[in-house]
Amino acid sequence: MADTVKLTIDGHEVHAPAGMLVIDAAKLAGIEIPAFCYYEGLTLQAACRMCLVEVEKMPKLMTACTLPVAEGLVVRTETPQVAAARKYMLEFLLTNHPLDCPVCDKGGECELQDMAFRYGAGESRYNETKVHTPEKQYSPVVFFDAPRCILCYRCVRICNEGMGVNALGVVERGAVSEIAPNHGDHLECDECGACIDICPVGALTSGIYRYQTRPWEMTHVGTICTHCSDGCKTTLGTRNDRILRGNNRDRSGINGEFLCIKGRYGFDFYDHPDRLQAPLMRVNGKLEEVSWAQALAAVAEKFKQTIGAGTFGIVGSNHTTNEENYYLQKFARSVLGTNNIDHHRTGDVVTLVDALSGKSGALATVADLCERKAFLVLGADLALEHPLLSYQIRANYRHHQAHVYVVTPKAVREDKYAAATMRGRDYESLRDKLKAQPELVILFDDSYQGGELRKLVDFGESLGIPVRYVCLVDYANSRGAIDMGLTPELLPGYQPSGQSGLHLDEMLAAELSVLWVVGANPLENAARKSGFLVVQDLFLTETALQADIVLPAACAYEKNGTVTSGTGEVQRLKRAIETMGAKPDLEIIGFIAREMGAAAALGPWTPDAVFEEIRKNVRGYDVAMPALSTGGAAQTMPVNGRVAVPGPAGLVRSDRNGLFASGTLGRYSKVLNSVLESRLSR
Amino acid sequence: MLYNEPSPLETRVLSRRFGMAHSESIETYLATEGYQAFLKASKMTPDEIISEMKASNLRGRGGAGFPAGMKWSFVPRTSPKPKYIVVNADEGEPGTCKDRVLMENDPHQLIEGVLIAGLAVDAHAGWIYIRGEYRYLIDIMDRAIAEAHERGWLGKNIQGTGFDFDLYTHTGAGSYECGEESALLESLEGKRGVPRIRPPFPAVAGAFQCPTVLNNVETFCAAPAILLNGGAAFAALGIPKAGGTKLTCLTGHINKPGVYELRLGFPVKQMIEEVGGGMRNGKKLKAFIPGGSSCPVLTAAECEGATMDYDSMAQRKSMLGSGGVVIMDEDTCMVKACLRLMKFYAHESCGWCIPCREGTAWLTKIMTRFHSGGGSPQDIGLLGDIAKNMLGRTFCPLGDAAALPMISIVEKFRGEFEDHLNGKPCPYEHSNRMVTA
Repeated sequence: MADTVKLTIDGHEVHAPAGMLVIDAAKLAGIEIPAFCYYEGLTLQAACRMCLVEVEKMPKLMTACTLPVAEGLVVRTETPQVAAARKYMLEFLLTNHPLDCPVCDKGGECELQDMAFRYGAGESRYNETKVHTPEKQYSPVVFFDAPRCILCYRCVRICNEGMGVNALGVVERGAVSEIAPNHGDHLECDECGACIDICPVGALTSGIYRYQTRPWEMTHVGTICTHCSDGCKTTLGTRNDRILRGNNRDRSGINGEFLCIKGRYGFDFYDHPDRLQAPLMRVNGKLEEVSWAQALAAVAEKFKQTIGAGTFGIVGSNHTTNEENYYLQKFARSVLGTNNIDHHRTGDVVTLVDALSGKSGALATVADLCERKAFLVLGADLALEHPLLSYQIRANYRHHQAHVYVVTPKAVREDKYAAATMRGRDYESLRDKLKAQPELVILFDDSYQGGELRKLVDFGESLGIPVRYVCLVDYANSRGAIDMGLTPELLPGYQPSGQSGLHLDEMLAAELSVLWVVGANPLENAARKSGFLVVQDLFLTETALQADIVLPAACAYEKNGTVTSGTGEVQRLKRAIETMGAKPDLEIIGFIAREMGAAAALGPWTPDAVFEEIRKNVRGYDVAMPALSTGGAAQTMPVNGRVAVPGPAGLVRSDRNGLFASGTLGRYSKVLNSVLESRLSR
Repeated sequence: MLYNEPSPLETRVLSRRFGMAHSESIETYLATEGYQAFLKASKMTPDEIISEMKASNLRGRGGAGFPAGMKWSFVPRTSPKPKYIVVNADEGEPGTCKDRVLMENDPHQLIEGVLIAGLAVDAHAGWIYIRGEYRYLIDIMDRAIAEAHERGWLGKNIQGTGFDFDLYTHTGAGSYECGEESALLESLEGKRGVPRIRPPFPAVAGAFQCPTVLNNVETFCAAPAILLNGGAAFAALGIPKAGGTKLTCLTGHINKPGVYELRLGFPVKQMIEEVGGGMRNGKKLKAFIPGGSSCPVLTAAECEGATMDYDSMAQRKSMLGSGGVVIMDEDTCMVKACLRLMKFYAHESCGWCIPCREGTAWLTKIMTRFHSGGGSPQDIGLLGDIAKNMLGRTFCPLGDAAALPMISIVEKFRGEFEDHLNGKPCPYEHSNRMVTA
């Protein structure tokens, strides 16, 4: 390759692409050059001076993080001079460091500890007083302990460059320089906690995790965040069946290390005191705790009585797994014999898939957000409603200067770097600008549905460039619910059901014999009309309060299974903690089937077995297992060729959860509520 | 106003209007060949201007001594971006006070120099970045800029030459670090005054990422004389490798401190004895800082045969720097002088990189303890060691600027450090108090 240069690092010949930095080129040869301030994807600082290396024909040591490779460059990273530079740089760093490792959250996974261990001196020559300042709290989740800070500016950069928030800066100068909020004494930010995770030392600590545990006492479980539809992988640190921390430092998911406040801290609803621990049954008008055996028998009895004699309605969930949704619709259609099955639709995926049939347009993946050249954002405030997608488009802009076009009702964060911004819905006036792009990804929210959406697809087709679409949906498995056929008109894989059935609103309004709600709260603002109401949920929601039987369900962090992100990546949930009284919805449904004597017809209710069936039967889900099994994401592509089934209008409603709300789960998250409360008092 | 009587030994080129009545006014300036160099340059091609500058052997007067003509030639004139001129008037080097007399007494000379640079690189706008402490100079420069606008020496189509140029003053916010060119640009852009990674150098990506000529006040002030009389004539004033004159700030224990314009290559001895009127109270010379506090200190013996130019100072492992000469007599406590310097650098370190931020603070703490009688023999070696660990490893030259005097003082005046050991009082406690810590 013409643009590859040859250089020598520690005697190894290295072929690196032109423009690559020596610190990265060294990695190609398996050589680690230590650094604090250098961070992949963020701007260069050259502030920590740890990556100083010897370069032939250069009089002084050079920082490997700012030195681009060049033909014939000879670099040495392990000479006595370099070793001394590292040793004394650490000596400088430790002069004002409190060395309070025994009580520091970071102890055990601290980069400064690791560096001092590997490159540092055995003893300190510093005999003077250290600069000390008291710890400060910058927000409900962010604490700052200045003396531990080594001023690598990673937090400042991730906040400004990565998040586009610019909440952190530096005040004072010299040895008393300090990281501080840019607005007064508090952070005005997304509370995403990226600054905490990226901190190489224990200077920025999390209000949720601090002083909870030593890192090595935790078990780390990689699973998928259960809040929005972006599908971020979050690695939960657990100890004694308690979740203590969420992060994704191994960058193993589609989100890299990105997480918003929900992914990082919003797991805390799982041990809310209001969490249901035992089944409840209505006795003399009051909900009373009963055993699982009693509750399941009662549900099975009622279901059996109703088959053939009465009417069923089944409401599925945006949060439950693909396996649960698949099993539920199979149960409804084959055991209960009803097609009255639906869920709360938050984006018009059905119409999109239909409109794209036979057209050149395609569904976009998360990778497209990082790689494609142009984007059209319609309606949504991405930064608040879909933080990962917003982050990825922002990163794409920073690294590849992607052109972003924004047509939204109100000002959004993308405006700052957009090639064109427009308030309202007149995206057609951007036609000429969009036509000039080599390719385009269109992201749209629930305000584009039905005919409006078909018009949008026609517009995309008329541009004459490759166009991909993201139909924004709200929750962790909103997309999976549609894919798994939780609608009367479609079977799993968008196969037309060929039968009529009641939609969500119709079911709530109808006087059904039995309404069975699995993981949803459709009667939040309505009274039940059905004769009998069975609810599976984590909490006593408005719907559960009206139920005859409430079955306590496990949350996403307490079960195995798969979920599908809004952009179609299917990913695996991995059980992080055990439940006390609640059970995964799949088990509950399976147990009801067993009680009814219908289990044989439905097949086993283990997630693996059900997913195998999904792979065989659901179009787009025949994914390769290795990636999925090892915690990666597998792309699904259920598109093209189906018979048009017009869905009724008005069924699609997004909840428009911002950064600090997440439907029912958000109501029970202490962290999300504490942030909202802290803002109210301002 | 002038702060000192001129000396007959001076060669007054840049300072030739000093002392004239209303030397700062445009009338005086125009009456004394003012703006003639610009008119001459406006009829020359940019290459001709730059070759005159190169011929003058003018080296940057801010301290680094980089050839000015060369610097101007690095600006990509064909770049589609606008080009800018930035004047570094953030004069903060301890011992240096020449830029302020140049701006105070002859502001139009600076404006003309900037205009010539503008012609040379096709720039049409510029800033004078003046340190915030020079509040009164901002007024003087603003008045001069207004005068120049009124008389058509700034603005659109200057004197019918078809050349447009706008010049603005910009106030620094009190940071020594902003005298470093890339930190100055950050500050000019409204950001925190920390240095930038180089390359790219300002000539390619300077102010607002556009090609920029950034020089010291004195460097620009030399341009009119160079254009008017020719680069060769200016070069001839100095020595072969460094052309022209240098404004030298004599400070410390001499009889006639002040700013004197001397030919490059002027003998140090003669400068102290004749220009400066000799050592105060007939004391003996102990230490000599040739070009601002960032230069390694010379002993009296090292001053023998030394001349005020880049090479002579380099031979003695010091620097000509900015021309801020500090003269210390035999009663000076070098430990205390060193402490004062370290306090300065610790206070002014921007904090960007580790060795400078932590090193300067550490040195200051040891020196404070040491001077007050709390030193141990190991401290002496440690001081030199810390400074050597900073040297060459910091992001910008500020770390070196702190390390160099430290290293040289410990090396050359080790005995004075030993005199402070074991709780002994400072042996110079009752001597003069020029250096106050």
